[in-house]
Amino acid sequence: MNLRLHIWRQSGPDAQGMLKTYDVQNVSEHMSFLEMLDVLNEDLLTKGEIPVAFDHDCREGICGTCGMVINGRPHGPLVRTTACQLHMRTFKDGDEIYIEPWRARAFPVMRDLIVDRGSFDRIIQKGGFVSVNTGNAQDGNAIPISKKDADRAMDAAACIGCGACVAACPNSSAMLFTAAKVGHLGSLPQGQTERSTRAMNMVLQMDAEGFGACTNHYECEAACPKGISAEFIAQMNKDFVASAFGGRD
Amino acid sequence: MALNSNIPDGPIQQKWDKHRAELKLVNPANKRKYNVIVVGTGLAGASAAATLAELGYNVSAFTYHDSARRAHSIAAQGGINAAKNYQNDGDSVWRLFYDTIKGGDFRARESNVYRLAQVSTSIIDQCVAQGVPFAREYGGYLSNRSFGGAQVSRTFYARGQTGQQLLIGAYQALQRQVGLGKVKLHNKQEMMDLIVVDGRARGIVTRDMVTGKVQSHMADAVVLATGGYGNVFYLSTNAMACNVTATYRAHKRGAFFANPCYTQIHPTCIPQSGDYQSKLTLMSESLRNDGRIWVPKQKGDTRSPDQIPETERDYYLERKYPSFGNLSPRDIASRAAKEVCDEGRGVGPGGLGVYLDFSDAIRRLGEKTIADRYGNLFEMYERITGENPYKVPMRIYPAVHYTMGGLWVDYNLMSNVPGLFVLGEANFSDHGANRLGASALMQGLADGYFVIPYTIGGYFANGGLQAVGNDSQEARTAVQESEQKIAALLALNGKRSPTSFHRELGKIMWDKCGMARNEQGLKEALKRIPELREEFWQNVKIPGSGAELNQSLELGLRVADFLEFAELMCFDALQRNESCGGHFREEYQTEDGEAKRNDDEYCYAAAWEYNGVGATPTLHKEDLSFDNVKLATRSYK
Repeated sequence: MNLRLHIWRQSGPDAQGMLKTYDVQNVSEHMSFLEMLDVLNEDLLTKGEIPVAFDHDCREGICGTCGMVINGRPHGPLVRTTACQLHMRTFKDGDEIYIEPWRARAFPVMRDLIVDRGSFDRIIQKGGFVSVNTGNAQDGNAIPISKKDADRAMDAAACIGCGACVAACPNSSAMLFTAAKVGHLGSLPQGQTERSTRAMNMVLQMDAEGFGACTNHYECEAACPKGISAEFIAQMNKDFVASAFGGRD
Repeated sequence: MALNSNIPDGPIQQKWDKHRAELKLVNPANKRKYNVIVVGTGLAGASAAATLAELGYNVSAFTYHDSARRAHSIAAQGGINAAKNYQNDGDSVWRLFYDTIKGGDFRARESNVYRLAQVSTSIIDQCVAQGVPFAREYGGYLSNRSFGGAQVSRTFYARGQTGQQLLIGAYQALQRQVGLGKVKLHNKQEMMDLIVVDGRARGIVTRDMVTGKVQSHMADAVVLATGGYGNVFYLSTNAMACNVTATYRAHKRGAFFANPCYTQIHPTCIPQSGDYQSKLTLMSESLRNDGRIWVPKQKGDTRSPDQIPETERDYYLERKYPSFGNLSPRDIASRAAKEVCDEGRGVGPGGLGVYLDFSDAIRRLGEKTIADRYGNLFEMYERITGENPYKVPMRIYPAVHYTMGGLWVDYNLMSNVPGLFVLGEANFSDHGANRLGASALMQGLADGYFVIPYTIGGYFANGGLQAVGNDSQEARTAVQESEQKIAALLALNGKRSPTSFHRELGKIMWDKCGMARNEQGLKEALKRIPELREEFWQNVKIPGSGAELNQSLELGLRVADFLEFAELMCFDALQRNESCGGHFREEYQTEDGEAKRNDDEYCYAAAWEYNGVGATPTLHKEDLSFDNVKLATRSYK
């Protein structure tokens, strides 16, 4: 198939960006979306032009490195699918495709489609862990955890930290990302000791990074390639309120 | 130079305890006076950086990713082994040790492997305490599954995302230390070189991948946890950025590279679909618990799989290896797949594929149970191929997956360059000539959480370290050399892309140094690689400058190192006149096509010393002695 691409080009963090148009020919339906971009980049490079910079690594949908807005939707049109797992059979001959970076104040553009997501790491640094040093642990089976709780923790822990939730949110809120970590650790007995301070500290950092607030659009849940439920936001709000009123700890 | 593996005396069961008791200690108040550089933030690097910081050392951690949560450890699906014996099925430290030695085809160091099996149980405890959501039974206890090369159920898992969950656990521990100010984390920094001062590893050179700035960082010890070199084959299951640069640069600075020819070909990957293919995707070995592997008995049978009756199918693993069947170890399952495809019985486009069929398991257990166990893997398969594996069998083919070789290390995980420690896939120590499934996660975390925190203290406590700064001659020279290399690459302005060279190199390596090798092919590769390298240095084209985010330059630098390293692999494969594990030399096989080891002449680890680009490296041998396990022909029949 032949496609027309409109891709955001921006040479650096402070440079002015713009959409540029590229035509790509003979795209196979079995290619992944990123392989289609690889082919474009090989072509640009041999013509002496600067290839399109985009983040990617595992290409298996698990590392969370890739991320781009494709035709207005983070990671593109398929539900629960990262850009690297999106295949060209989803598109048809003659399609025009718009490709842009995540847009959020807390994710500054570094180049073309690459943004800086360091703000996510700083949120984790404020409490996204269990404070246990190596060597302190008791036997793994000493704390039985119901399958229901373990499964719920896993549902939240599946977050890959890609940032699609932020890109999808009209407020550029990082509530789903933050709530996924609060929900993961809060569903397990190991996470109870620090439960409410965790929610408080992580939410405060989220605000400090310039992410917006949640106004219940649920766009985050729809865009999440791992299908993480917005229910976890409710759980985090509960923990946050409990912390604010000193109910826990 | 004689290799000293520093294996402690005494019975194997007591070596590690005895060694820990004898290692000198660094006083808690003095630990903050020592600076440690950790390169790589995968399982081994993140766990090491976090644990060393907890102990009080000043840690600087480096990753080329935008976050410490992205390393390729994250893609491990199936699980992590540990000798917990929770299933009461006869597992023990000894059995895990034995299985690993045998799985490695008797080419690993006994003492290291025994220690790995010993600390495996602590890893599970530590990860549970961190909140890693391992799968649980209804009673609340930890669940296990089986993996290749073992007859017990000792693999712990978190759905099909075990690597992700373990890495997130280590990442969280690391971020906690970053928040506490004990780890300085440098994202988007690629290691360009190792700085050696007075014979000791004292720092690294990095390139900032955003600004292009090249600079030195100095420390009292350098820990490399930079993964394997599978991407030398271009197509592999490794992530796109995985590369050999850090370990190869250390090799060029004097560290010996051991057993580079030991590469693991994973039997269950999705077959290649076209020339544009950028990487291959693994389907977890855990699928072989319930999936049955087969091909048509008849050559060139193009009927769709549901039209081929049971009697005309060859379940070749069950036939050839009745006691391990579909759970035969990886090297054996891969070679068997290659064999049936070479016979013309492969399925799918180009005949490079075999079926992995779940219809029996779905009939026996129901679709829901299978979805519970492998749902995400089935979804991934369907997204990539457009086929629904609940309805039609998966098609799979072997692909490069893991590299057992790596920098040579002693029992303390220190290389022959004092102060340079090497962990995880980047070292050579635990898997011999073949790694068993679910053992990579185990080794990465064993090295990082439970070995290096002890052995690095022993190194520091022995003293003799003088202060060395960024203004030292060695540091300045190393920075200059890296800058010159970058400038030279950018100045070429040739006609071919770095990717085109990488792809061509990968083809040479897959054809001549892949699943099967022979003397003639290896000699051809040794002729072809230098030619390709020469062309690269005349004709590669890298647009843009060095002082900006430049992904073509990053790739160019990595490919330049692969083009040197590939030769080392072929030298190693050529000198090892035997077949063992992942190294299958066609000249050395039994009548029924199994690997034929030669214990009289090749029972050693081959550690190579660098002698210059294109020059034949010098071979140093570490003789392997098997005092606890009897050398035997590895049989899974």
